[in-house]
Amino acid sequence: MPPSDHRPGTLIEGGAVFPHRHLTGIEGLEPHEITFLLDEAERWVDAAPGGPEKRLAGLTQINAFFENSTRTLLSFEIAGKRLGADVVNMHAAQSSVKKGETLIDTAMTLNAMRADVIVIRHMSSGAVRLIADKVDCPVLNAGDGRHEHPTQALLDALTIRRRLGGVANRRVVICGDLLHSRVARSNILALTALAAEVRVCAPSTLMPPAIERFGVTPFTDFDAAMEGADVVMMLRLQTERMAGGYVPSVREYHLRYGLTLDRLERRAPGALVMHPGPMNRGVEIDSAVADHVERSAITEQVAMGVAVRMACLDVLTRRRRGVEGWA
Amino acid sequence: MSGAILFRDARIVCPAAGERRGDLLVVDGAIAPGETPADAHVIDCRGRILAPAIVDLGVGAIDRAACRAGGIVRVAPLPDQSPPLDEPGAVQRLALIGRPDLWIHPIAAATRGNAGADLAEMAVCLSAGARAVGTGRHWIADSGVMHRVLSYARDLDVVVMSHAEDAGLTGGAVATAGETATRLGLPAAPALAEALAVTRDLMLAEETGARLHLRQVTTAAAFALVRAAKARGVRVTCGITPAHLLLSDIAMSDFRTFAHLSPPLRDEGDRRAALAALADGTIDVLCSGHDPRGPEEKRLPFADSSVGAAGAATLLALGLGLVRDGIVTLERLFALLATAPARLLGLEAGTLAAGMPADLVLVDADAPWRIDADALPGIAGNTPFDGLPVQGRVAGLWKAGRAVG
Repeated sequence: MPPSDHRPGTLIEGGAVFPHRHLTGIEGLEPHEITFLLDEAERWVDAAPGGPEKRLAGLTQINAFFENSTRTLLSFEIAGKRLGADVVNMHAAQSSVKKGETLIDTAMTLNAMRADVIVIRHMSSGAVRLIADKVDCPVLNAGDGRHEHPTQALLDALTIRRRLGGVANRRVVICGDLLHSRVARSNILALTALAAEVRVCAPSTLMPPAIERFGVTPFTDFDAAMEGADVVMMLRLQTERMAGGYVPSVREYHLRYGLTLDRLERRAPGALVMHPGPMNRGVEIDSAVADHVERSAITEQVAMGVAVRMACLDVLTRRRRGVEGWA
Repeated sequence: MSGAILFRDARIVCPAAGERRGDLLVVDGAIAPGETPADAHVIDCRGRILAPAIVDLGVGAIDRAACRAGGIVRVAPLPDQSPPLDEPGAVQRLALIGRPDLWIHPIAAATRGNAGADLAEMAVCLSAGARAVGTGRHWIADSGVMHRVLSYARDLDVVVMSHAEDAGLTGGAVATAGETATRLGLPAAPALAEALAVTRDLMLAEETGARLHLRQVTTAAAFALVRAAKARGVRVTCGITPAHLLLSDIAMSDFRTFAHLSPPLRDEGDRRAALAALADGTIDVLCSGHDPRGPEEKRLPFADSSVGAAGAATLLALGLGLVRDGIVTLERLFALLATAPARLLGLEAGTLAAGMPADLVLVDADAPWRIDADALPGIAGNTPFDGLPVQGRVAGLWKAGRAVG
């Protein structure tokens, strides 16, 4: 079968340190490529607001969001603007943009507008790759279905690295709705690539099949999973899945998987607490933990998000900008 | 003019009579014993395979070009067509439009509108030309309805073709639960959805005495159930397509929608079990499952794309690959492709016995070619085998002694 030309890992364009045209997922990235993106992001973390070089000046960045998003869209918009790009947001509500040929048509339209980089979020797994196939510019995946959300994984890895001095050999527990979570998939791929010890924890109804094949250890008992953890990463449980479909009720879920201060102190007293947001306070995480000044890295994650997205936008457009070594 | 054709020097493969090298005489569209008339038209087969033309059981669409290229002269379309095959007009129209080159033997709907609730007019549809009844691409979830379908079909001595996947487990799923589905983030159902459905349908068939044909069986657990049921004397047969024999769920990697099938591709263990079931005779029918889908249905995110693969034009070549791999003999291959499906449909066809209609395919078994989705004959080229090198081409095709071209 013919190789698909957008497959991560395929040498198409980009520099020798990051030979990828698009960022459609963490899958296919080598550990040193992930580290390279994290290193690049570091430069933007402490950059003075208003002061950074406008590397993307004159370039057009289109944020095409086929699924509702507030924080990720905002984060990409700010990242682009800080780099001087002309940022345009396309909100394609699920009701107005039908599935199907329209998606390809939309991709062709975006392409015809000669965007320099396109950021896409879509509710269907694989949709971003489909669009990436059809356009001439770099494509950044801002979340596709339950498949991947690579910039979230990168910002989480950066947060861990900065707070704990590294990712390798750190014990990270990811707890919550893993079955429907693209954040979990990308994080599992990124953290295992960076040699972290990853534990995943969920009721069996929310555990993806064959997850142990990803080099992680599955748990159904949250207390057992948390033992000795360096990082506890909580995932959002969508309200429509709490009413009996996958778990019996909110209070039952909170009883078994809610991150309370008491549970944290008993099981993982030194652990860093993370959450990709938006949080369901009182469901998967208690306010006392989420707002804990020393333990919670949740607001820091948001800050790292902008830095990571700046780095990705910068790196993916280098060839276009004719940066030396990237042509 | 006697209307006689002599196929000279052929490698004649008949699932009923075995294989022999020699001549085959056709008179007035039927296979004839005896002396060759002096004025017979002679076709020199030069040692190539001459076998019963393929009877393709359970296609999604009527696709003449694909059938012609694939050596198929009879097809049995699934009842979930548009309009559904639940009334005699639709059945009769379909039964007649293919002739003379492609004979269509409709599978009538088992339930009205294929809705899985009320019994459809089976006897009326049979009198209009249907040769079987079926549930189409979907399982009848209500066991009471399926019980009545099988009981009623038993009275008519007509075979019931069932799609066996437990809908409660497969609801919303587009893949088999496993590493690939998890990696791609696709909604998935455990493989045992098939065995659960097969169990129920087998028990109901045993209880009612009906003839049951499981259109596609694809998992080790379900093969074991069918094998045991056959040993008990249950009147059950089952089929498969080349996709489930030759591909596992890894073929869905990179969101290849041409590998979006129903039932979904299984893991490697189940694939091997399917090969074993083909070799030991548990599987009765090899069919194309031909379901051509254009780019508007396939160039979509995986879960939003339509299920189905084009298969008619590649069925024979992939089947010959199974012979080369030593999974089945040549005779058994044509039993799977022609004899068994013809018998299920109650057709006088599918072998080369004297008196049978001369539905013949001449095969150049060694001719190499590469399956190319963009160049596949037929309505659409959505094949999961795109790029695969294969051997075996149709060198000639005859329906009742008449060359199909």
